[in-house]
Amino acid sequence: MNHVHNFDAIVVGGGGAGLMAALHLTRGGAKAAVLTKLYPSRSHTGAAQGGIGAALGNLEEDHPEWHAFDTVKGSDYLGDQDAIEIMCNDAPEVILELEHMGLPFSRTEDGRIAQRRFGGHSHHFGEGPVRRSCYAADRTGHMILQTLYQQCIKNNVTFFDEYQVVDVIFSEGRCAGVVAYRIQTGEIHIFRAKAVIFTTGGHGRIFAVTSNAHAFTGDGPAMLFRRGIPLEDMEFYQFHPTGIAKLGILITEGVRGEGGVLRNHDGERFMERYAPTMKDLASRDVVSRAIYMEIREGRGINGNRWVHLDATHLGREVVETKLPDITDFCRTYLGIDPAVDPIPVAPTAHYAMGGIPTDVDGRVVIDDWKTIVPGLYAAGECACVSVHGANRLGTNSLLDLVVFGRRAGRHMAEFCKQADLAPLPADAADATRETFDRLFSGEGSETPAQIREELQTVMMDHVGVFREQAGLELAVEKVRELKERYTRIRVQDQSRVFNTDVLEAWELGNLLDVAEVTAVSALNRTESRGAHSREDYPKRNDEEWLKHTLAYRTEDGGIELRYKPVIITKFEPKERVY
Amino acid sequence: MKATFRIQRFDPTKDKKPYYREYQVELDPTDRVLDGLNQIKWYQDGSLTFRRSCAHGVCGSDAMRINGANGLACKVLMRDVGEKVTIEPILGLPVIKDLIVDMEPFFAQYRSVMPYLVNDEVPPDGRERIQSIEERERFDDTTKCILCAACTTACPSFWANDQFVGPAAIVNAHRFIFDSRDRAARERLDILNSKTGVWRCRTIYNCTVACPREIQITKAIGEVKQAILYGETTS
Repeated sequence: MNHVHNFDAIVVGGGGAGLMAALHLTRGGAKAAVLTKLYPSRSHTGAAQGGIGAALGNLEEDHPEWHAFDTVKGSDYLGDQDAIEIMCNDAPEVILELEHMGLPFSRTEDGRIAQRRFGGHSHHFGEGPVRRSCYAADRTGHMILQTLYQQCIKNNVTFFDEYQVVDVIFSEGRCAGVVAYRIQTGEIHIFRAKAVIFTTGGHGRIFAVTSNAHAFTGDGPAMLFRRGIPLEDMEFYQFHPTGIAKLGILITEGVRGEGGVLRNHDGERFMERYAPTMKDLASRDVVSRAIYMEIREGRGINGNRWVHLDATHLGREVVETKLPDITDFCRTYLGIDPAVDPIPVAPTAHYAMGGIPTDVDGRVVIDDWKTIVPGLYAAGECACVSVHGANRLGTNSLLDLVVFGRRAGRHMAEFCKQADLAPLPADAADATRETFDRLFSGEGSETPAQIREELQTVMMDHVGVFREQAGLELAVEKVRELKERYTRIRVQDQSRVFNTDVLEAWELGNLLDVAEVTAVSALNRTESRGAHSREDYPKRNDEEWLKHTLAYRTEDGGIELRYKPVIITKFEPKERVY
Repeated sequence: MKATFRIQRFDPTKDKKPYYREYQVELDPTDRVLDGLNQIKWYQDGSLTFRRSCAHGVCGSDAMRINGANGLACKVLMRDVGEKVTIEPILGLPVIKDLIVDMEPFFAQYRSVMPYLVNDEVPPDGRERIQSIEERERFDDTTKCILCAACTTACPSFWANDQFVGPAAIVNAHRFIFDSRDRAARERLDILNSKTGVWRCRTIYNCTVACPREIQITKAIGEVKQAILYGETTS
């Protein structure tokens, strides 16, 4: 027996991009529902700290064009410049929309939205740092998530909380809906819709040390990949320079935006050597590599695998009022006071630049000919527009999800006015039922936790900040071995009520798929660009590699790589120096 | 350290009532209680069920009773609970399985207080609404709420009567009542002046102690009571 629900539009994921899309779908007259495996307020958007970028110019001169240049340069020229221009031009308006919805931004002396410096954001095309990051203390993501959830409640958006979407339904060349597993009961539900948007977030849990939530297992990209949709630029994965050592918990770039500096064992402010102009506010790939180099050359703190983030000179007032959550994290997890003690930090797996390829209206694009699948959309971290290219700037992820969540929601609302429901295939839920039957009945000796741990270790060691041929080959081989072992796992919990054991096993399948795509894409790209840093190919190679990767699943379960050109409008590629 | 976890278990498909089961785990003193729960789930007993997501105290998924006190499992460290730790679900909401409670009544109470900005006026210059640093500071504390339910499920008045809207909902009403940009303070105060509103609060302070975000909840509830009595909202 199937439970079947009919909507105009389904939003898969209750984070910033999903809620923004749901709001604009509802305003556009569509009957929309949000399906989330958590509660919306638990989404990882809430963990974003430092700010959201927009050239409001509230404190000093700024222009969307400067913002666009910084984003293109930050992307190491791999970002599509038409999409970047749209994002930076829409930014001021969308920030005001959030403020009008009630978002409690921090304020300037004259009562306007406060702004601060952030990595890679500059004035006059790279001359020096600019105050562009709009913030609400160091909990900007929390405020965005809360505000959007509040507005969804106000606008009577329908929510299906704790429904894990596990498959997408296609029919007659269109998206026809999704299949979901209701976590509380174990029932399979079918949601028919004219349009579906995937806003499922990231997949940092493929790595051993990450700032990402346990929930970030790449569900959306993996589901679509298995159904024949390509994944774009998956080799570009950002390591944030300042995670709490060993734990990976994010320490916002806002600490450096407020004047904090990185120091090695000798107390040296080493970023002056790596980035003479922007110093500690160079882009994240540059700073993460610098920290690795310091550690590698023996200048980690007391020989350990971390350096210090020093905010002790900022004064207690700044630390406690502008960085209260950071203060709390340091106290809770490290037992230190950041106003007095330096914070031990090391790069932590943080953000996927790659994902489901879309156009600027969130429509999923499946090749280099702008071919779309009618009714299928994606936005936020799981998508690749591509505005972040090979490296994302801080504050641009929150901006990405509100700008493109909004654009997609609006486009979907219009689409729903002229579309009808695609016919529902009779076997729509069969594959899902088979998958779960297989997971429940598996009697092998492999445990999901063991496979996940081995996956996270090999990805961290060989597909991390620095990469080279032999390590990548080893990683690909290892992931394939783990995929084979995954067919022999056993799920202990046989209850149909709130079975997180079977769901973690299902999520592990997603981690394995996105990890394999990441490693294979990285192995093939024989250059260094942005976050993809090959020690055996240390230079960027525009002649051969100024192009996006598209990874397809082949019929025999392998991966085929194709490529598509980068869209360049105003800014010709040049050498990247901070 | 070798830690003993004593955990309340219940699966409605096979258990008539909850029972306790003990597990031994090897952990560091700086590990989170959540790390212990994950070790048990991943390597000993996959059927142990609890919610978790961000694992650093910002998503609000893993509120539970840890040695009798409400807290987030990802924000309480082993060195602070010792070698023997008892884990139970939060009180006052129906248990679905193990440490999972039905959050729906909690979110229904949250939704009942109009937890969203009400203001249809368009700012004159098409820019942001002006709000001074002092006006913003007035409601800063209550913006921190992550809806984890640690406060409401620590409240004896809520245990006694689950129709009481509870501290978390009042915190979220406070966040808008004292926002200079909002225009619906009166309606929210009317809601909270009802029989299930703020007057069921007996100033016991359990909520304030339980809050993992250190929100001064009892103080916020007091300010709402004052506003109902004396009518002052945005100062």
